[in-house]
Amino acid sequence: MRALWGLAGVVGALTCSMVAAAGIKDGEKRSGFDFMTRETQALQADDMANPGMLWVLQGEQLWHQAEGKAEIACAGCHGEASQTMRGVAARYPAYDEATGRPTDLVGRINSCRAARQEAEPLAPESDALLALTTYVAHQSRGMPIPPATDARLAPFRDNGRRLFQSRIGQLDLSCASCHHTNWGKRLGGSVIPQAHPNGYPLYRLEWQGVGSLQRRLRNCMVGVRAEPFAFGAPELVELELYLMEQAQGLPIETPAVRP
Amino acid sequence: MACLALTGLLLAASPGAGEEVGSYVVTGDAIMEPLVGGKGDPARGDALISDRQRSLCTLCHSGPFPDAHLHGTLAPDLTGVGARLSEGQIRLRVVDMKRLAPNTIMPSYYRVADEEGRRVATVWRSKPILTGADIEDIVAYLTTLKG
Ligand code: HEC
Ligand code: HEC
Repeated sequence: MRALWGLAGVVGALTCSMVAAAGIKDGEKRSGFDFMTRETQALQADDMANPGMLWVLQGEQLWHQAEGKAEIACAGCHGEASQTMRGVAARYPAYDEATGRPTDLVGRINSCRAARQEAEPLAPESDALLALTTYVAHQSRGMPIPPATDARLAPFRDNGRRLFQSRIGQLDLSCASCHHTNWGKRLGGSVIPQAHPNGYPLYRLEWQGVGSLQRRLRNCMVGVRAEPFAFGAPELVELELYLMEQAQGLPIETPAVRP
Repeated sequence: MACLALTGLLLAASPGAGEEVGSYVVTGDAIMEPLVGGKGDPARGDALISDRQRSLCTLCHSGPFPDAHLHGTLAPDLTGVGARLSEGQIRLRVVDMKRLAPNTIMPSYYRVADEEGRRVATVWRSKPILTGADIEDIVAYLTTLKG
């Protein structure tokens, strides 16, 4: 459970005793940002202070760096990220023709490495992979997550919803037990947010670094004493798809900051 | 007549997931007999209740325990629980709250929940969250909370 409580400060009383048992109602949708202390919010809002911006800068360098046997940089195919990558993070995970499955941004970056750059994949949670993902996602900052349109993704999203609602682990809790039925209340010292993915990758003070959405999902699984899915597992991507649907309309905030 | 006397006396059978570790008898909404040996130790129970890694109680519950700012707000305050509930009622609630509230988020502390699909992590597999002796200590402590 240690992973769950972290260092979240005591946040002023949140008035949300009325919670929806079956998901989050549109009028009640709130970014994880809204559940933080003023101090942590200020850290996220100021680019000069937000430690996640260091990963954005590193990602920008990597974007322009030739890699692999093809000796080509991301910029070699995609040019200016501020134009070509704008809005991309808001519509991922997306359907991948090659595998017939959804892939998230991290998966896309590694498949571009393999197929276009002819380079080794970057390890999950490595600084380079996090930096590139953060840089790409940052290009969508402020853009709202659009409604889902690709019908091919529906069965995968349904699977994600099922996972979200399944009780797991020795504690026998589902994601929904906390994030649907009890958001706004406190688990130990931490306020339970609505589990929106719109700030990832983000800088977490407890991690002293940037981490991916999958790292967060795995932490919550460990918290209920379940065996977490491996990084890149189809189930985690399916959960991400469902989370993006729930978060529809919220703006991308990458890099967010969390306690 | 014997049948009548047995009304409300059910042999423990799991309503939901998993199996109980030891057997116990549920009478109405209580377990009258200690799960193991004799009475628990209230001082150990006091310490265990606040142990956020082991019992996890204060992740959800507040009460007359240390570090109030780290108490959760997911569950009823346990102040005075020993006046509201009998020893046997408290025991059943810690052993298996799901028997009384099937959709509760309170874990069933004396149950092994590792069948297919639950993905219980290896280190926790085939074990209840707390032992019978741990639960007796907690019950002994909670019965002292009279208000
Ligand atoms: C026992 C309660 C609990 C359960 C069960 C749980 N979570 Fe969480 N979750 C939390 C808490 C508390 C936080 C915030 C942690 C913090 O900031 O210290 C969190 C954070 C998150 C976040 C990050 C939100 C943000 O704004 O940064 C996501 C996404 C998330 N959880 C998804 C999940 C998923 C998916 C599952 C199921 C696999 C799950 N959670 C199960 C309590 C839980
Ligand atoms: C994940 C949350 C959670 C944890 C952990 C938890 N509980 Fe609970 N507990 C609850 C909820 C919620 C209720 C109220 C029952 C309901 O409506 O679901 C409850 C009810 C109770 C009650 C009945 C209170 C009353 O006034 O009727 C007792 C006694 C109790 N819990 C003791 C404990 C003890 C002791 C522990 C630790 C060994 C513990 N709980 C751990 C969530 C939790």
